[in-house]
Amino acid sequence: MSVFKDSGHLFRLAALYAAGTLTFLGIRGLFVPHSFGQYGHYRGAAITEIAAHPVHFAGHQTCETCHTDVQQIKKSGMHAQVNCEACHGPLAKHADDPASAQPAKLDTAVLCVRCHAASAARPKNFPQVAAVDHSNGVPCETCHQPHSPAIGTGGVK
Amino acid sequence: MNITRRQMLILLPAAAVAWESVLAGTPESSPNYKMTEHWWSMLIDISKCIGCGNCVRACQAENDIPDGFFRTWVERYHVTDWNLENPEVISPDGGKEGFPSVTEDQNGKYFFVPKLCNHCADSPCTQVCPVGATFISPDGVVLVDQKYCLGCAYCVQACPYGCRYIHPQKKVADKCTLCYHRITKGLTTACCEACPTGARQLADLKNPKDPIHEFLRTHNVQILKPQMATGAKVFYNDLDGSVR
Repeated sequence: MSVFKDSGHLFRLAALYAAGTLTFLGIRGLFVPHSFGQYGHYRGAAITEIAAHPVHFAGHQTCETCHTDVQQIKKSGMHAQVNCEACHGPLAKHADDPASAQPAKLDTAVLCVRCHAASAARPKNFPQVAAVDHSNGVPCETCHQPHSPAIGTGGVK
Repeated sequence: MNITRRQMLILLPAAAVAWESVLAGTPESSPNYKMTEHWWSMLIDISKCIGCGNCVRACQAENDIPDGFFRTWVERYHVTDWNLENPEVISPDGGKEGFPSVTEDQNGKYFFVPKLCNHCADSPCTQVCPVGATFISPDGVVLVDQKYCLGCAYCVQACPYGCRYIHPQKKVADKCTLCYHRITKGLTTACCEACPTGARQLADLKNPKDPIHEFLRTHNVQILKPQMATGAKVFYNDLDGSVR
């Protein structure tokens, strides 16, 4: 069979090719992250890493576990659907350890008008006032209890 | 050690299953959260938005966003009835500190449009990434793997909604994660938590008890740029046709 007499060349070539493939796979294994392709063409571990970011807003359910008195005042008022941290800001640190972070004192002159300053761009049925005409500089909380703002219906301040 | 053929046949698949679980890596950080059981979206009710900017500030606080960059922002539209196609749109500092007051316009209307990543089911941004650094997670959230991102900004160009930017310090793509670190723990997003009127609501399309299903049936809900077939999952109620 003279056709196969130099088949050694082929075997050497095949061995070289196999060695090259193995080297490629080895290097690829080193560089491609472990979880790549776990869910798709991306690093699966990235999902876990993103999910592990710290939380800053505790969520109103957490607030309500301690501040039941405020919850009672709020629940029948106009601000029942406004979550605590909408005005008080992110307070997950306070929720974890109340002593470590205290909520900042709020300035109603800034806070109330942010939502309630009269503007034609706001929905018509949303309560809004032109602050100067409405109170002439008297602070909002003089008349309105922020947790239940309708006059006469609010709880104690 | 003597192993019969029968024992070997039992052992081999068991070993294969064990090896698969080793390859799968560490389990998710939230033990009760199953990615396959959710398909996240958001509902935005334009008729409830008052343009206070609470969502923008909450997003920046929750996600440590540098000043001048926004994962969510609010736009104010002014559409006049003689020029419906060319609304005047402003968004001063992303609407972070609210908007200047306006008086009634007899020939036009004003309204606010909060914007954020649409978490598209067929998103253009994930398709153009050359390295697989951005992707849609099994629960329908478009995320960026910031350890893997090169910062080439192809995705920034590809997003038809302008929802991505290159983070000025990290030099990688950054965008809304739909507060993935919160929703996987059973919390709502920071913007929804801070929204005083309920204009923004997180919704889970795979949860049959989610109120979004009834809302979608009973309201005229649209998505942005439907002609681009992105499969956007941020639904707008009461959206004006002039919004792009």
